[in-house]
Amino acid sequence: MHKLLLLGDEAIAQAALDAGLSGMYAYPGTPSTEIMEYIQASPQAAADGVHREWSSNEKTAMEAALGMSYAGKRAMVAMKHVGLNVAADAFINSAVTGVNGGLVVVSADDPSMHSSQNEQDSRFYGKFALVPVMEPRNQQEAYDMIFEAFALSEKYRLPVLFRITTRLAHSRSSVARREKIAQNSVALPSNPRQFVLLPAIARKQYRALTAVYEKLRTDDAVDGLNRLKSGNGRGTGVITCGIAYNYLMENIADRAGDYHVLSVGAYPLKREKVAALVENCDRVLVLEEGYPIIEEQLRGLLDRDVKVLGRMDGTVPRDGELNPSIVASALGLRAGQGREVPSLVRQRPPSFCKGCGHADLYQALSEVMAEAGPGRVFSDIGCYTLGALPPYNMVNSCVDMGASVTMAIGAADAGLFPAVAVIGDSTFTHSGMTGLLDAVIKNSPVTLIISDNSTTGMTGGQKSQATDRLESICLGLGVDPDHLKVIVPLRKNHEENKAVIRAELNYHGISVILARRECIQTASRNKKAEAAEKNKSRE
Amino acid sequence: MKCDIILAGVGGQGILSIAATIGLAAVEQNLFLKQAEVHGMSQRGGDVQSHLRLSDSEIFSDLIPHGGADLIISVEPMEALRYLPWLSESGWLVTNSVPFVNISDYPEVGEVLAELNRAGNTIVLDADGIARDLGSARSGNMVILGAASSFISMPFTALEDAVRKMFGRKGEEVVEVNLKALRAGRDAAAAR
Repeated sequence: MHKLLLLGDEAIAQAALDAGLSGMYAYPGTPSTEIMEYIQASPQAAADGVHREWSSNEKTAMEAALGMSYAGKRAMVAMKHVGLNVAADAFINSAVTGVNGGLVVVSADDPSMHSSQNEQDSRFYGKFALVPVMEPRNQQEAYDMIFEAFALSEKYRLPVLFRITTRLAHSRSSVARREKIAQNSVALPSNPRQFVLLPAIARKQYRALTAVYEKLRTDDAVDGLNRLKSGNGRGTGVITCGIAYNYLMENIADRAGDYHVLSVGAYPLKREKVAALVENCDRVLVLEEGYPIIEEQLRGLLDRDVKVLGRMDGTVPRDGELNPSIVASALGLRAGQGREVPSLVRQRPPSFCKGCGHADLYQALSEVMAEAGPGRVFSDIGCYTLGALPPYNMVNSCVDMGASVTMAIGAADAGLFPAVAVIGDSTFTHSGMTGLLDAVIKNSPVTLIISDNSTTGMTGGQKSQATDRLESICLGLGVDPDHLKVIVPLRKNHEENKAVIRAELNYHGISVILARRECIQTASRNKKAEAAEKNKSRE
Repeated sequence: MKCDIILAGVGGQGILSIAATIGLAAVEQNLFLKQAEVHGMSQRGGDVQSHLRLSDSEIFSDLIPHGGADLIISVEPMEALRYLPWLSESGWLVTNSVPFVNISDYPEVGEVLAELNRAGNTIVLDADGIARDLGSARSGNMVILGAASSFISMPFTALEDAVRKMFGRKGEEVVEVNLKALRAGRDAAAAR
């Protein structure tokens, strides 16, 4: 079959479609977004009737995928690593319910925090939930492993966690496809109580799960993805996880025989295989993209049987992603040395696009807040977090999706007045609505500004669940109609907007200001698409 | 054969279309290819780069080792300098001379150009001006790619074919403009 040039994310998406996927569920988040985008744009997905709408957040996505699995069909859910925190309740319990149709949970980690708030390692969640984890080494393997993941999921009736990191997600390479598998038919679980986690049922299923988890270690469907290659004589052993293998081979391809290498692609690990490596070596270097998970297991509490090198003893930096140069140094090889960056080169942080509505909002807000005092603006996850940077310096918090609303409530409880929350439209429907309900019930003296650009901007302009619904959501949650205002953040409305913000800041209760102007990136894309459409109809 | 390329610029300047063009050509040439891109936050006016690796044998790492790049292609002069730690001693640097100033402390342009001259194997050209003269201000990218083409291990015609494929959907006119830009870049570099 013809080879495709695909991002790691796209390889996963194409594989799922070829492996009989019936439903794809996701909330956008770097570096996972392109999985759903690819499936939404795929003519194959359209022809096969694959469900592929964005969900309101990662938890609703995870639950909908579990529901499709309940009905017997194959489902996939994708998110960035911190999204798995949002989905964690459903994810952990899905290991106890087990699945019916195959269920693959893709979590895309972002070590070095290219576009994230932390660099948590999703493999921990696999161990936490007691489910198998797969971690592909390259784009082709990402494609192939999705087939294995669905098969393993249906074999053990367990969700499979599919862990990737930024460099695989966003790197392109050629991928060969496999024969397509047909979708499953609707089929109820054979045990009607499988998904009913009443304590009596959950206890039984959890005990069974702990036994299955041990069995996974030695099943070839897991262990077969972990390759042990012995070198000559005693010497250095290297354990690599996922793409760390590539950085190792980049350095030792021409003398691979000097090392004993265990290249890990799936978890939990078979103890005998690790032992076979360790027995042949004087020392073992562990190369993991993310946390030192295998390294910590190898060391154990006593850390005295094996000479282990890795992130915990400083052989590899404790944080940040790996690269060929770091791995060269860890191996004791001479790392490539380039020239210094000339001192005149300046930092170039991201910034608002020219003509962005968020910028006009912050301009107005900063002038009003100058009157109210510093340290009172709680914000959230999205392009508008850039209001933290000069010239605005307006944002005092950015923690997790929805935290602007609820942190403002807590600060107001403590006596901070006025307290302002700035959140985007998509983030608001993701996790801000429940916080607003809390504020309404307490009538917290908080001014909530929803900077509504009618898209999910930071991740590239995906559909926002909030579009055309914000007024009805806010009123439905009980916001006083007299304190629900709409402004258009444009230069020409500057003074008027300031007056609205100032008036609501002075109100001792919850008020909501919808600052609404379409994202200029989305607007220009829509305009281009419209023009192209017109040209077409003229032809 | 291996050819490791760092593509550099500012988010929104379109380095990914240069990468995509080379990528298309590489696939047609049956070369192994890996291309690591930057998506997400930095795309909003921040510095962005892409590691593009071509080879006739298997490529392992998606990232180029420090001191290992054969070529830096940059659409912005200061951004070209940011990636000097990746350039090999014999590597070439091909960059646009037109600064993209979206920060308040952008250095003196003259000093940036002087620093580029000190960097050794460097080709600096006014790609925006060349593109404008061709009547297509937005084809500066293709001018730069053309200027770098002699350092990319594949025939020039392979790049031309890739441009045809890339822009084919947008009509013959757009294809021609970009081909002209590509050739003008090649000629401008050859004249040095």
